[in-house]
Parts: sequence; C-alpha cells; structure tokens
Amino acid sequence: MTHHDIVIIGGGPAGLSAAAAARKAGIQDILILERDGVLGGILNQCIHNGFGLHTFKEELTGPEYASRYIAMVEEEKIPYKLNTIVVDINKDREVTYINRDEGLVTIQAGAVILAMGCRERPRGALNTPGYRPAGIYSAGTAQRLMNIEGYCVGKEVVILGSGDIGLIMARRMTLEGAKVKVVAELMPYSGGLKRNIVQCLDDYGIPLKLSHTIINIEGKDRLTGITLAEVDSNRNPIPGTEEHYSCDTLLLSVGLIPENELSKGAGVSMNRVTSGPNVDDCLETEVEGIYACGNVLHVHDLVDFVSQEAALAGENAAAYVKEGKEKEKAHKVPLLAENGVRYTVPQVLNVDTMKDTVTVRFRVADVYKDRYIAIYYDDKLISRKKKKVLAPGEMEQVVLKKSSFADYPEIKQIKICTEVE
Amino acid sequence: METRNLICIGCPLGCPVTVTMDGDDINVTGNTCPRGADYAKKEVLSPTRIVTSSIKVNDGVIARVSVKTKSDIPKSKIFEVMKEIQAVRIDAPVALGQVLIADCAGTGVEIIATKDVPRI
Amino acid sequence: MSGLQYDVTIIGGGVTGAAVARELSRYQLKTCLVEKTEDVCSGTSKANSAIVHAGYDAAEGSMKAKMNVEGNRMMGDLSKELDFPFRRNGSLVLCFAEEDRPALQALYERGVANGVPDLKIISGDEVRGMEPNVTDEVVAALFAPTGGIVCPFNLTIALAENACDNGVEFKFLTEVTDVTKIEGGYKLAVKGKEDITTRFVVNAAGVYADVFHNMVSDDKIKIVPRKGDYCLLDQEAGKHVDKTIFQLPGKYGKGVLVAPTIHGNLLIGPTATDIEEKEGTYTTAKELAEVTEKSARGVKNIPYRQVITSFSGLRAHESKDEFIIGEAAEGFYDAAGIESPGLSSAPAIGVYLAELIAEKTGTEKKADFVATRKGIPHVSALSREERAALIKERPDYGTIVCRCENVSEGEIVDSIRRTLGARSLDGIKRRVRQGMGRCQAGFCTPRTMEILSREAGIPMEEICKNEPGSEMITGEA
Repeated sequence: MTHHDIVIIGGGPAGLSAAAAARKAGIQDILILERDGVLGGILNQCIHNGFGLHTFKEELTGPEYASRYIAMVEEEKIPYKLNTIVVDINKDREVTYINRDEGLVTIQAGAVILAMGCRERPRGALNTPGYRPAGIYSAGTAQRLMNIEGYCVGKEVVILGSGDIGLIMARRMTLEGAKVKVVAELMPYSGGLKRNIVQCLDDYGIPLKLSHTIINIEGKDRLTGITLAEVDSNRNPIPGTEEHYSCDTLLLSVGLIPENELSKGAGVSMNRVTSGPNVDDCLETEVEGIYACGNVLHVHDLVDFVSQEAALAGENAAAYVKEGKEKEKAHKVPLLAENGVRYTVPQVLNVDTMKDTVTVRFRVADVYKDRYIAIYYDDKLISRKKKKVLAPGEMEQVVLKKSSFADYPEIKQIKICTEVE
Repeated sequence: METRNLICIGCPLGCPVTVTMDGDDINVTGNTCPRGADYAKKEVLSPTRIVTSSIKVNDGVIARVSVKTKSDIPKSKIFEVMKEIQAVRIDAPVALGQVLIADCAGTGVEIIATKDVPRI
Repeated sequence: MSGLQYDVTIIGGGVTGAAVARELSRYQLKTCLVEKTEDVCSGTSKANSAIVHAGYDAAEGSMKAKMNVEGNRMMGDLSKELDFPFRRNGSLVLCFAEEDRPALQALYERGVANGVPDLKIISGDEVRGMEPNVTDEVVAALFAPTGGIVCPFNLTIALAENACDNGVEFKFLTEVTDVTKIEGGYKLAVKGKEDITTRFVVNAAGVYADVFHNMVSDDKIKIVPRKGDYCLLDQEAGKHVDKTIFQLPGKYGKGVLVAPTIHGNLLIGPTATDIEEKEGTYTTAKELAEVTEKSARGVKNIPYRQVITSFSGLRAHESKDEFIIGEAAEGFYDAAGIESPGLSSAPAIGVYLAELIAEKTGTEKKADFVATRKGIPHVSALSREERAALIKERPDYGTIVCRCENVSEGEIVDSIRRTLGARSLDGIKRRVRQGMGRCQAGFCTPRTMEILSREAGIPMEEICKNEPGSEMITGEA
C-alpha cells in the first residue's frame, strides 16, 4: 500500500489552504484528492465578487480567490489527483479512492484532512406539498448550470430561502434577463448577508418576504406556479395569507449541510448542531490523525475564514506527522454552547497543549440586539463583550488565550453564551 | 428636497438610514456610526457597483469564462454593461486578467476574465 | 394476420403491461406495447409502496388473492431470472388492542385459505423482539415471512427489456385516444400519430383503464384514482425497521405502512384519498401530516428530519374492489382496477393473460425465447476485485457522477444505451438510482444532462425530467 504523509480529501478552498500550510510546515509528501475535473471547488461557480477582503485585503471573485490558492499549490508542486472520488476512509487512515485511470486504490495516510465541503438541502427535505415538476433547482445547481455550463434555467423565478447563494442567484438571473418575482424566507430574518440583500435584491427591486413559505407547487411537467403564505411564530402557514405566483423556476436556498458521509465512515464522532465532526483546538477529530476544516466541519459565511481554519488544520496535521505520534492530551476541556449560542468549533480545548491563542467560532440561535457574549471558565466569568447585533447568518468568534488558563489549573469546562444584561 | 431610505451595508447591524437632499446640502440620519453617513452619501450621489457575469467561449474546456468589470461602474450603467457582455464571444484559451472588452458601454472600464479557460 | 399490424397491442407500460408483454413474448405473436409517456414505469408503478404482499389481505377466491399469492410465489425466481432487486424481508400486521384480536385471527385465516405459507400470530413482545422500534401499544401481530420488498422500477424495466429482447415492439409517447372495433380486431387512434391496427388489445392502462374498457364494453366500469402520499427517508434511517410493518385496520382507520426499501431507505405511507384527476400526483400538507401521525402509532422515533423526499401515487381503484382481468369484449382483454397488490400480482397477471390469449389463438411458444436478462451492474456494490476489473475494462465505471448513491458514469451510459434505454432524467434515475439519494440530484444533474445529451443525441435544451414539457433548461444564457 502506498503511503503519503498527509492526504487531503477535497481540492476546494479548505483543501488547498490546508495543503499550502502543511507544505509550509515542512511536509513534502502531500496528496490532494479532488472529485471534480479542476481544483477550486465551489468557488469556480461563484463568479461574483466579495471574496478575500480579510485574506488579501482586496475584493476578488470566487475564481480569482481560488486561483491564488491553486497557484500556491502549483508553485509548491503539491501533487493532486482530479476526477477522483474517495469512497472510504477508515480509522487506521487507509483512504480508498476511485478514478477512471487507476480504478479502485487504497493508500495509507500519515494524517488525513477532511475538506469535502457541503451540499445544499434539497426540496424533499422541506416536504413542501404539491407536484414534482421540472424547474425546481437548488440555487447552487442553477448557479453551476448558468455560470459553468452557460444555460438559463428559467425565465420567471421564485426563490425560497434567503441564503447567500439564493440572493446571488436572484441578481445573476435578473442580469441574464429573467424576472425574479420574489424571495421568500421562512424565518423572520434573512439568512444572507445584509450587503447581498441590498445589492442583489434592493438594487433590482426584488421583494424579500420574511416569515413566508411555499405551501403548494403546481405543474405536472414543468413548474407553472407556486402558492406563498405567511407563517406564524410556529412557522405554520396562516390561512388567508395565500398568494399565487406564476413561475417556471423555483430556486431553493434553504440551507447547507456538511458532506460527512466519509467522516462518519471513518468513525469520527459527529456534532448534531453543525452536522460536522467534533474537533479539538487542533481541528483533530476524535479519531487520531484525522483532521477536519472548512464547510465539512461547519458551514461558513466567508471563504477567508475557511482558508484560515484550513491552514490551521494543515499545520496541526503536519506537526502530528512530524512527531510521529499524538501529543499527550491530558487535560481536555469541553466547550459548552449555551443560552443563544448554538454551537462552538472547536468543541474541546486541550489546555496543556494549546497554542498561545485559539479562535473559537460559533453561531447564535436568533437575531439578538444589544446582547453580551460571555465566556465562563467553570462558573467564573472571564470576559463579557457587548455586541450591537448578533444574527444566525453571521458567524461570530472569540479568542481564548493560553495564558488565561494559568489561574485555572483544574478547569472542567468553558462556557460560551449570550447574556441580556 | 428629496428623501431616500437606505439600509447601510457597512456592517451586519444594517442601520436603516434616511438621506435628505436639499441642493448640495445632504443630511443623513439613522446611522449608528460615521460609516453609515459615508455609505449613504455615496449611494445617493454616485452609486457604483462591480458587475460580474460570464462570456461565451469557443472551444474552451468549459462553455463560459467568468468576467468582471475591472473597477466599479455607475449603478445606472449595469444593464448597458450586461448587454455588451452578452454580445461578446471569445476564442479559447482565455487567461485570468485578460481584457475581453476594452471600454464597456462607454464607462471607460475594462471587462476582464476572472479565470483561465484552456482550449479543449 | 388479415392485414392488421399486430396480433396483440398492450396499452400501458406499467408493471402490468410489461409483465403481459414479457409473457406474450414467449409466443409466436407480433406484439406491441404503447405507452403515452417517454418511458415504462412512469405512472402508478413508479410511486407505490414497493412491496410484495404475502397475500392475506384479499378475500378468499378473489382474483386479487389468487394473483397476489401466485405473484409472490413467482417473484423470487423471477428476480434471479431478470436480475432485479428483491428480498423477502417478511411483514408484520400490528394489532393494537385486545378487542381487535378477532380481526387479526380472521386475517390469519384468510391468509391460510388464500394459500399464504408460514403465517403465524405472534405476541407483542415477540414483535418487539424482532422490531425494537415497534411501540408498546402493540399486543400481537400477524407475521408473514414471505412478504417482500422489491425495486418497482427495475422489476418493470426488467420485464419490459426482456419482452423487447424477445421481439415485443415498444412505442413511447404514443397516447391512444380511441379504440374501435374493426373487422378481425381493433383500430387504435393515436394522438398525433398513425392509427394502430391489432387483432387483440390488452388494456393495462392503470387509472385510465376504465376509459378504454368503456370504449368497447357496455358493462361500464369506473376507476377512481386513489391518491396516496408517502415520505421517503435517508438511508441512515433505513434500518429503523427490518420488516414491512402494517397496521391492522381498527377504530383509527387503516393506518400506514413503515418499510425499508430494497435500496435501504425507509418508506412511510400511503394515505388514501379518492380524487378526480387521473394525473393528480400531488402531495398535500394534510396528507403528509397524516403519514407522520399515523406511522407513530406502530413505530416509534421515526427520524422525520431525515426525509429526503415525499411523493404521491395513484392507485387504480375499481369500485367493486377487485381486479378485472379477462376478456371484456371479443379480443379485448382487461387488466383493470390493478391497485394494491398490483405490483405483487403483476407476474401472475402476465402469465394469466398471456395464456388466455395464446389459448384463444392457438399459438405455439417460440423455441428461441430467452428468459433471462442481465441488469446494469451496480458497480459500488461489487467486490473490490470485480469493481477493479470492471473499471479496467470500462474506465467510465470509475467516474462517480452521483455521489450520494455512488453511481458511475458507466452505469448512466448503460442505462441510456441498453434495450429500451432511458431518454429522460427520471428514466436514468429509475434505472440506476442517479439522483435518488439525499442531495436529490443537486450535484449530479448538470453532469447527467450532459451524458444523456451526448449518448442519446438529445440537444441540452430538449433534455427533460420526464415527458416533453418537462424541459430542464430554457436555453443558452
């Protein structure tokens, strides 16, 4: 069985950044396995601008952002295989992939970095009643057909869900001559970035209807129309609020789900809230030598943070490979997400072995105004910071310093929560 | 006097700001920070946008090359810019950064490729 | 043949029509099957419970009972002969109250009378021993080890392909609008196409069977589309139950079934709502809620957050609650009112009708009939060695297109190139499960469209989800 020091599953933004960081940390023998025919992942179809403000201090389009990382990988001559799908990873870090040239191959990895990204939640998952005609696309599928293949998916469009891809596609389809009639969002707030609501909807006079959902889908062959209704606070449609829209296309932007089939197969423990693996401050899963980063770990809003996170996974995987064994992780402290904080990544902190600072990323459960983000070490309040606004659509972060644990040698848990006053 | 209601996109707070214009006199209210005032003034005086789209490629490994306006263009010119972008066909190979339209719709702004598209 | 084009023309490419076609292809008859959509298996046969009933439901002596028990008996060998997925997972009919025990006993006795083998009434605890997710409310159950689950798509497709390989002509997008008696047979008027003349007609038109029957017979029948909504859950939930779990009809009504599918998903449904529209395959919020609510009575903790799709199917319910199989008018044979257990019964109905027609014509069996058909290899299910060998031979088996169901480009290509190959995205999906998984074709749609366009020579703009009118894109951007 061929051995590679680090095998990276996925050649999108997370995989590329992890590879570059691992090489920088001195690992020569790296292999990236990418299922598509090109590197860059989903960025290739995200042709809009707005990427890279944090990383490169300039505003790039998705393909441009990807090209910077692809260039790093090419310059470093990091090997990769395209059109190659990983079908299995086991806890001994044997990675089995398949492609048309080599067939089915199993390789041994010193460390594995999971960087498979995420997928879109389909219509079926919403259980929306009605017919099942052609013309219903997840926003990302429509984006691919339009931006890569060059096809129009429809002329009269309704969008369900105000996730960023849906908002971006509302503008994109309008620019290509389609009529986007409405964007409906089940929640009383949008899941997308403010900037996208203004520049993708308001600029083009596309209405956003919050607290609305689709209650019927019409059309036996191709979609002919939908019925929209307002929902109450329990998200149930309110009778009498039904509105009919004729349309030939329905785009869904109703959430992203980390693609963790392989992670589960490897036996890593999964987090119910993120749908990604549980990881420690090294971004190591509960299976030794298997790391996770990017959207397969938890769904991000900004690719810049994916790159940062992945670089950390790359460095840590490199350190693990170089040392040949895992550091003694004697003092594991769980991070608890409470009172309005839905989850944290990482979920566990190794106080003894942590770096000087560890960034903890999280999301809140609802839109909150003038709340505090509080950090507790056991029952002791450590920090409390006021935020003017917190929204589920915007990932938040706090930084924990190693030095701050000096006074808490027996710490049992770290709690991150929101507080009203 | 003219009044416009905007949502500031400076940060996630999304302040609803009101701009009143009386000749050269511009007054912004509703903003929480100075960024809101700057944003609102720009939006009413000379709103601009980057336009991104794609151009059909002949004999490329993919059918379309993604493009953008090299710098922002007046918001009012978006659809004129799109019209020119849609009319263009380009032969592969296309290189990232390559100028595909020199002066798009009289804006003086170039349309450039944002990815490489090799020939088949 | 007195100038008529065909000896037999079958109307309808569902499982019944396909089974009749396959059985008729054993004989020296010129047979044709006409189907109004673009593919076989695109009506009731594609949207049902996908189960092979043991045969205790129908009244003793009824056609339903006879065909069901015989079809069930045939299914095992047939699945090997025609290479489609089938498993006898067994079925349980749950009894929720002591006062319902007599009804359970009656079901048992009916089953015995119908000739269902190995039936047994077991206690609530025995049920929970077999199926830990069955609720505590259950006091007893009828256990039928011969109950099974099948892939309804590949059952139908296998029958049709085998019929085609043995000489039956298939005409798709061929909608019969009128049937008239002519000298020595019938003339079928076809929408937008040439008439078809035929000596015999087999009416296997599902929810439309009454329309054709009533064109030739004064003894009118009425088929009411009985709509049933279902929820399909992710394969992660597929082991929630092992057996097909029915509920004994009681004071709460008929209940819904909970069953694993042959591909490892969990299927729950159906509701039963009589509707007017024969194309009314829509789900409603009310019925989907009913599915959830009713299923909970028999099976606990069903993970409904893992629903990947919901769908609706129409059973061709005939008001007398019986299959109508036989000669309705001179040379015009019905297979009408084929509601549940129609899928289970199809193989037997095929044999029954083919024998009737053969007897009437005095036709001999062909010497060169080929009884077997090989399915498309499900590459990811093969052993490592077999898979490697296959990829070496055909590299496109090594390119995975549908990640959720692990379907390779080679399998999709096969589904298009083979006998009665797929011509729509749904046709590919039914043959090789592309897009059937948890992402519901989000990732693989563009790629599959390209492959279909390339292999079948269909321009991208004309690629359809199913019938013409269901085009996927509206043109170039």
